[in-house]
Amino acid sequence: MFEKYNPINDLMLQVINNDGKVINKEFFPKLDDIQIIKAYKDMLFERTADLMTVSYQRQGRIFTYPPNYGQEAIHIASGMVIKNEDWLVPAFRELGAYLAKGATLKEIFLYFMGYEDGTVFKDANHILPISVPIASQLIHGTGLAYAAKYLNKKEVVFAYVGDGGTSEGDFHEALNFAAVWKVPVVFVVQNNQYAISTSKEDQTVSVNFAIKSVAYGMKGIKVDGNDLFAMYAALNEAHDYCSKGNGPVLIEALTYRKGAHTTSDDPTKYRDKAEEEKWEQKDPLKRLKSYLIDNKLFSEDQEKNIIDDYKKEIDRIFSEAENYEPYSLNEVFKHHYADMPQDLKNQQREHENFLKWKES
Amino acid sequence: MNIVNAINNAIDIKLNEDPNVLAFGEDVGKEGGVFRVTEGLQQKYGKQRVFDTPLGESGIAGSAVGMAIAGLRPIIEMQFSGFVYPAFNQIVSHAARMRNRTRSRYSTPIVIRMPYGGGINALEHHSESMEALFAHVPGLKVVIPSTPHDAKGLMIAAIESDDTIVFMEPKRIYRAIKQEVPEDKFSIEIGKGKIVQEGTDLTIVTYGALVREVQKAAVMAKKQGISVEIIDLRTIYPIDRDIIRDSVTKTGRVITVTESPRSFSVASEVSQIVIEEAFLNLEAPPKRVTGFDTIVPLPKGEHHYIISPEKIYYEILDTIKY
Ligand SMILES: Cc1ncc(C[n+]2csc(CCOP(=O)(O)OP(=O)(O)O)c2C)c(N)n1
Repeated sequence: MFEKYNPINDLMLQVINNDGKVINKEFFPKLDDIQIIKAYKDMLFERTADLMTVSYQRQGRIFTYPPNYGQEAIHIASGMVIKNEDWLVPAFRELGAYLAKGATLKEIFLYFMGYEDGTVFKDANHILPISVPIASQLIHGTGLAYAAKYLNKKEVVFAYVGDGGTSEGDFHEALNFAAVWKVPVVFVVQNNQYAISTSKEDQTVSVNFAIKSVAYGMKGIKVDGNDLFAMYAALNEAHDYCSKGNGPVLIEALTYRKGAHTTSDDPTKYRDKAEEEKWEQKDPLKRLKSYLIDNKLFSEDQEKNIIDDYKKEIDRIFSEAENYEPYSLNEVFKHHYADMPQDLKNQQREHENFLKWKES
Repeated sequence: MNIVNAINNAIDIKLNEDPNVLAFGEDVGKEGGVFRVTEGLQQKYGKQRVFDTPLGESGIAGSAVGMAIAGLRPIIEMQFSGFVYPAFNQIVSHAARMRNRTRSRYSTPIVIRMPYGGGINALEHHSESMEALFAHVPGLKVVIPSTPHDAKGLMIAAIESDDTIVFMEPKRIYRAIKQEVPEDKFSIEIGKGKIVQEGTDLTIVTYGALVREVQKAAVMAKKQGISVEIIDLRTIYPIDRDIIRDSVTKTGRVITVTESPRSFSVASEVSQIVIEEAFLNLEAPPKRVTGFDTIVPLPKGEHHYIISPEKIYYEILDTIKY
């Protein structure tokens, strides 16, 4: 696959077209119907949760939130490929992948309500917290992969970044180190066309993002990120390639951020309706649903019922998160050091004295 | 004008006046910055002078160093102060040192703008106040305005300065204060503080978003018959020793109020200046009312960290009682 889709030729791996028709039998992944239906339902869950979270934000019930919708195929395919022992290194726009790894929606809500507890993902194995400083997390991916190799563990690391993030020095150091060390890490660039208001064209003049792998002597591939089958096939191939000790892989997943950058952003300032409509044709859910309906695996009626159930469940989880325990002063101080300096203990005590005074 | 308008206006005036002035950074051009501080300027001055860069702070700061050496006057934006760290190498290793390294042959007249500070219910890395890091670096000047008027005057002075200026903008009050600000060009000298309010019993030294909180605390104190003098530093480095000395010599008591962590901070520096300059006039030990030596908690915990007027008032009483 990597030979055939060498990014130098600017080809893109695609398995189904916009109408959900299989156009590339060779790379149609080995998935049975049940798995495919589940993948679609998971994408539907991610989208429903995501859109509801945006509306919770509008109601003032959470703070700033970066929506995921439009990018679900990448996340759900990742979830299908990433095994329990593998590492997931998030940026911040991979909701479905976190959930598949064992993070809970309640935690996601807590995080965007303003609790650090929400990014611990305490019941998920081998996942890092959400990373806000763009691209910085990729190097941790390289380090985790070095450790896996050194410790002789069968782990592959999956580390995520956006198109904008490829301009940071950290991106390039992460790739180069990983290639030089020949360690098992898959870098996934979610090329959703924008970094806030900055378009891909202002970010790079490379023909694609996958080609950046070539300079580092590692494998790379450009994939239709709105095609679940193509994403699954590429991620799976990359997993296989890394597991065999061949070194890192860079996957560019071509997609579109259908929503705003975050709930504080207004995309009408920098992109037009015509462009949004063009991408609407390539919507990842719409495409997979067409495939399912064509193959008589799913129906519109089913979808409506499923969404209704999801909404109820999501609302229930959200109110659970809203009733989370208050944030105590102790929580502010507790987690900075294994061995807390006396100074810090004093500062906490002083503040408690102030609070007592204030109450009296 | 609010602070956003005032900074925009200052940059506009300098872009108009001096073709060597440029403004750039992430989302600075088309969109006018995520806080709209540079809104409209690309439309007015073109893409060669006001532009979006690729997403790389080191690239932004490092290219500004090169441009400045070549005679341009770049005004660069770090989208949030929490994202300056990839640029730290360029700022500390080069912008701050180029003049000394080349025995003044080359200078780096760059304005490094960055919104900073807490109180806006933000995600991680969007709330810190790390001015002490920059003030500690030889070769940098650090400016923090607290009003629209000062923001404009200081920004004009910063762009005209031949030194590298770290210009930290208190984003919590970006739009909170409106003021009449002259439309014409004027500048405020870097390195000069301002007496916000005169008083006789105690001096409070502060800056940025906390000036207003200190004013509220001073009203509470006044009701108890305590007269507070408030100094807005406006420039962190070079710090205005004279204004601090003159005030504390008169009042004999001093509190520094900042939202940054306490240890090794601007507040520590002010306390030491007071000891050096007004030791014999002191009637109480200089006090620091600051953030904790902790990371700023995410929004649900941030109220613990934020410096409230009540907290300042409580510390005023403590210092007066001493
Ligand atoms: C080092 C750093 N600089 C700037 C920012 C502010 N910021 C947050 S998201 C973003 C754009 C990221 O774009 P991209 O990497 O394409 O990811 P996307 O948001 O499209 O998923 C920027 C500039 C940041 N978080 N970290």
